[in-house]
Amino acid sequence: MSRNAILHIVLLAATIAAPLLFPAYNAFLATLWLFIIVALTWDMTGGQMGYNSLGNIFFYGTGMYVGAVIAIGMYFPVGEWTDAARSELFLMSPGQYYTGLAVGSLGAGIFCALAALIIGALTFGLRGPYFAIGTLGVAIAGGEIVSNIEWLGGGQGISMPNPPGDFDSFKVLIYYLFAGLGVVLFIFLRWFYQTRFAAAINAIRDDEEKAEAMGIHTLRYKLVTWAIAAFFVGIAGSISAFQLIHFEPLETAYQTINLGIFMVVCVLLGGKGTLWGPVIGAVIFHVFKEVTWNYFLGGQWIALGALIVVIVVFFQGGLMGFFRRRFPEWFGVRVETKGATETAS
Amino acid sequence: MDQILFNLGLLVDYPVVNLKIIIDGVMIGALFALAAYGLALVWGVMNVKNLAQGDFVIAGGYVSWALVRTGWLQSIGLSDNIAALIGVPVAFLVMAGIGWIAFRTIIVRVIERDVFTSLLATFGLAIMMAQILNLLFGSDTQSLKLEYDTLYFADGLIDVPIAKLVGVCMAAALALGVILFMKNSRMGQAIRATAQDARAAQVLGIDTDRVYAFTFSLNAAICGAAGAIIVMVWVIQPFYGMTYSIRAFVIVTAAGLGNLPGVIAAGLGIGAAEQYGSHIFGISYQQAIAVLLLLLVLFVRLMQQRRKRQVLQ
Amino acid sequence: MKLTSAIVGALAALGLAAGAATAEECGTITLGAAISLTGKYATNGIHAKNGYEFAIQKIREHGGVKIGDKCYNFKVIYYDDESKGDRGATLAERLIQQDGVQYMLGPYSSGLTKAIAPVTEKYHIPMVEAEGASRSLFNQGYRYLFAVLSTSEQYLASAITLAAEKAKEQGKDPSSVKVAVAVENDPFSLDIRAGVLEDAAKYGMQIVIDEKLPRDLSDMSAILTKVKLVKPDVLIVSGHSKGAATAVRQIGEQNVKVPMIAITHCEAADVTGNFGEYANDILCSTQWAETLKYEDPIFGTAANYEREFKAAFPEYADKKVPYQTAQASAAVYVFKDAFERAGTLDKEKVRDAIAATDLMTFYGRIKFSEAGNNIAKPMVLRQIQNGEYNVVAPSEFASHKLNWPRN
Repeated sequence: MSRNAILHIVLLAATIAAPLLFPAYNAFLATLWLFIIVALTWDMTGGQMGYNSLGNIFFYGTGMYVGAVIAIGMYFPVGEWTDAARSELFLMSPGQYYTGLAVGSLGAGIFCALAALIIGALTFGLRGPYFAIGTLGVAIAGGEIVSNIEWLGGGQGISMPNPPGDFDSFKVLIYYLFAGLGVVLFIFLRWFYQTRFAAAINAIRDDEEKAEAMGIHTLRYKLVTWAIAAFFVGIAGSISAFQLIHFEPLETAYQTINLGIFMVVCVLLGGKGTLWGPVIGAVIFHVFKEVTWNYFLGGQWIALGALIVVIVVFFQGGLMGFFRRRFPEWFGVRVETKGATETAS
Repeated sequence: MDQILFNLGLLVDYPVVNLKIIIDGVMIGALFALAAYGLALVWGVMNVKNLAQGDFVIAGGYVSWALVRTGWLQSIGLSDNIAALIGVPVAFLVMAGIGWIAFRTIIVRVIERDVFTSLLATFGLAIMMAQILNLLFGSDTQSLKLEYDTLYFADGLIDVPIAKLVGVCMAAALALGVILFMKNSRMGQAIRATAQDARAAQVLGIDTDRVYAFTFSLNAAICGAAGAIIVMVWVIQPFYGMTYSIRAFVIVTAAGLGNLPGVIAAGLGIGAAEQYGSHIFGISYQQAIAVLLLLLVLFVRLMQQRRKRQVLQ
Repeated sequence: MKLTSAIVGALAALGLAAGAATAEECGTITLGAAISLTGKYATNGIHAKNGYEFAIQKIREHGGVKIGDKCYNFKVIYYDDESKGDRGATLAERLIQQDGVQYMLGPYSSGLTKAIAPVTEKYHIPMVEAEGASRSLFNQGYRYLFAVLSTSEQYLASAITLAAEKAKEQGKDPSSVKVAVAVENDPFSLDIRAGVLEDAAKYGMQIVIDEKLPRDLSDMSAILTKVKLVKPDVLIVSGHSKGAATAVRQIGEQNVKVPMIAITHCEAADVTGNFGEYANDILCSTQWAETLKYEDPIFGTAANYEREFKAAFPEYADKKVPYQTAQASAAVYVFKDAFERAGTLDKEKVRDAIAATDLMTFYGRIKFSEAGNNIAKPMVLRQIQNGEYNVVAPSEFASHKLNWPRN
């Protein structure tokens, strides 16, 4: 227990110190936290509840747009801001900027949670692959529709206000926002997975009919879980909008075939249905991705596609599954007799 | 809004345009139907949901395109048109080979797994294929410009390029060939038996592993031939695969598995619906329309199931 | 082939520099560029990269960049942005922070430039870009962004002027002209549309079709059918290379008869090579034409640029050298000129030198406005006449008369 506590403290200290120790890798680290956040939230439904969504990226994109619209709309008319031909220069004061960042991100989270309730009410009746395809459809449709709304800049996307002050410290701020959100999410999930509520969603995963027969109102549990996930993804999306400064609908916001799939791969790599699995998976996947992008120019997507295939086909238990089999004592599983381990594995 | 009303007005003022839209829709729908039929086959027989379906189509298109561009066939005195037509069976065979390799390396390992696995694994395959095509052929859109005329009707409002007609005829011939094969050949019967009950088929002495391999190759081959037809009439690009995959999923979800007439009807219908949609709402909504149709189909199915459950209660 | 030409070039440089400093003694100035090697903009991204490389080679042959009594050669660190904005921004940051790049060349397309410009701006890294034309780049108050090309609203606006002139010649009022617009849903094409709409509004013309093309466009027959029904006088299409290819092919196949058709990216999509007579009498906007009478000491005349570029990159031998390449070379030239005038490697001083640029190049004159766009170079409009690209507008550059009406 105390060893565990020390580990947590060390990790937390590393989290806080990282941007100060490696300022050149700030953007990389911030994106790493983004991956951790989306992987952890995906696992809430995918791993813990057995609903494999391919559409969580919808909340990321929607969070970006909602955050941007709120932050800009508080001070300027959005339609004029996004007009390509505008000649007027719109400038924000630092106070306006940070208020926009805070209110916009919170608003994005709330909006996405509400959106999850509505979309969930429609899609949670779908089972198995149909749920995956249906949610993928929602994400693609979201991007396509937003890219046709001129008020939101259409296919041009939105250019956010320029961050005030020194850029390096702005980047550090963005890092801490992502890291803070990630740590809060992690602590929340640590608590959440021990509640009765989580036991109910695990029951849904294991056998939904039986759970229903036991009197669990499954739809309500599914909706609440997804809404919580969407809340965090929405906030992360809004922070990304401020981080990227300019974003566009199809490839940055509703990036279905990038981040939308990567988050699933991260979870599978690390291990579904565990707390640490998504975190470890996100770290390894992100590092692998950056390395191939640097040293495998042009072929990076081949390497990435191959990695996805290998993970999915050969390694679906994930690293956590592997460790659990190899070192069950790490997980508090007491190994008493030789026979017991064999049946367990 | 004005634009939508204006576009609707055009349909009323010039009724012949409806015919034009339906013809265009049916033509592209025929090719969607081919890709969807392949998907229905692998889905039904081995429960694999192949997200790389569209990439097989595009790869087949590039096989034919490369064949015509190298000029081997032209050097023995064949015209571009004939070379492009030969490209269809060549793409069929080459993609059958690629499908077999994909099956042996990847698909065979996901058959017995849960459904989500096959979606993700084939997605990885799709990413790899698109990128390999990009490296081999560049990211330009490509098409074969053939020396066919265009037929015009109704004051030139309806134009039917003969290339499109040829393409649709080849698609129909291919579909017919596959149907006859499935009905009459031993392998076709084995495939159908495996689809119904893999274990029983195995007990009866059918080598299901071979059946799976053959089915997946056949699927890739059908897609490849469809791609070779597409490159004669429309354009291809390494990253267009997703478009065809989505259409294939829409059609299969709407028509159900093992329902070939349904697949063809849904394919033609979705082709036409998309053309109508892009006429009325604007062409930029094309993809959105396809996806919304998918969602609509899913929800209608869901409602039907709910009703069934209520009846059971 | 590329290697041999590089060797020949290096030998030539050695020959030239006999007596003066040899190529090896020169230092290196590292530029950074995120460029689309994969993804939907890869074709044009590679055009731009070739333009950068060719200019670097030519500058090396001419003794490099002379700062004080030292000489330098350019070197570029490239990353692949996959034609995706967020990727481009990340890579720009990596170039600046991890690779220590002090000067940047632009990516391909307005969208990517929009994604990267905030980063370079915040780090005070001067970026000379050659491929981002949308006006939305120049209303953000950027100080470190400079574009050698004309902004995108000018691309096809001159087609509207031409249509108005033709209407007057026919004794009609320009306001009777009907315009159809179909552009891709991206920053560049939307700005083209904005320019066309503004100019059309000036003449009181009527916009009868106003559609956006999807990104994975493979079929625009729905729009062309409408064109046949409403019979506009001008059809405007813009959608990078694939938009040009699809439009020309289907306009030919469907036998669409419009008196004037104006598109972008003809050369990049090689519409004459791919579609032959379908492309005839189509108007193409271009930033640069090899027939123009521009000249500079490094690249010689515009025609000379085209000839030497084709020798260095044989894959362009049987098509037009696209303007995307020429303007990329011009961007490198702006850097050379600014470094020499600044006489230092200090990036603030170099930035001021770039801002003060007033340079005649093979690509045209380059002089930046306060906002950073080039205001000294006009766009030209070429018409494909019997497979040849001939300049028809504006009148001071026109070498041929406009064929009108088309067909």
